[in-house]
Amino acid sequence: MPPMTSAAAAGSPVDGLLATTTIVLSLVLAGWALVAALRHRPPDRVQFVGLAVLEVALLALAVVALVALSGGERPGEPGAFFGYLVTLVCLPPLAWVLARMEPTRWGSAIVCAICLVTPVVVVRLGQTWEVLGG
Amino acid sequence: MAEPVGVRPDEAGGPAPAPRRATNKGPGRLLIAVYILFAIAATSRAGLQIATKFDEAPVAYLLSAVAALIYIVAAVGLGRAGHAGRRVALACCSVELVGVVAVGILSLADKELFPDETVWSGFGSGYGYIPLVLPVLGLLWLWRTRHATA
Repeated sequence: MPPMTSAAAAGSPVDGLLATTTIVLSLVLAGWALVAALRHRPPDRVQFVGLAVLEVALLALAVVALVALSGGERPGEPGAFFGYLVTLVCLPPLAWVLARMEPTRWGSAIVCAICLVTPVVVVRLGQTWEVLGG
Repeated sequence: MAEPVGVRPDEAGGPAPAPRRATNKGPGRLLIAVYILFAIAATSRAGLQIATKFDEAPVAYLLSAVAALIYIVAAVGLGRAGHAGRRVALACCSVELVGVVAVGILSLADKELFPDETVWSGFGSGYGYIPLVLPVLGLLWLWRTRHATA
């Protein structure tokens, strides 16, 4: 656990309610997709709508981060931060496309796998913002 | 294992039944998805490390780049599903398995060699040991699909 400086705790745009929401949403969706996969069900409407909602939340997170950047704030590790940010907003579309291509239980498994990776990337995104002076 | 009911025509438009079972359907597609994720992870990591601090640990960073390349080629090989695709995927999964085991042992034995983490350090412990499991699953999948399903 990196030491939390007061600046990071107060100022991180990617570690608040919105980030928590994306993590919870993603995990719930992963759980739903896992149940579907175990029941031999292809990706259903709930999964596709869930992916869309998740994408909107992630885009909102990206906008919040960009607004903070334009306001003069800087992430601790800019390179890694932008890498994670770009990857993050690409994940739900990737799950969507692959799930569309695979209308079997394995499509649900793909949605589950990608929705398990997404929270990890959100957490890493927060960490790369907060490393202020190492 | 029961095959899914709604089998649809091959969207790639390739010649109808291949002599071997396609590697890019069903579980194979999940495997490809995970390979794509690791291709993205390893590529970004290697790109960033080489661009910003190559001199700190050249061996580790070049290895990250090689790992990234292997993940990309493996994903393409599994996705192409033809005879050539199978051979490419087989080669990649084999190299990957040897690589992750070798680097895992080396990173424990000689910390000087890998002062910074790579995807394969400590048998992929930084990535939930998935780098170790992935090539095994890939090889198993290639083995399982070696015959056409009648």
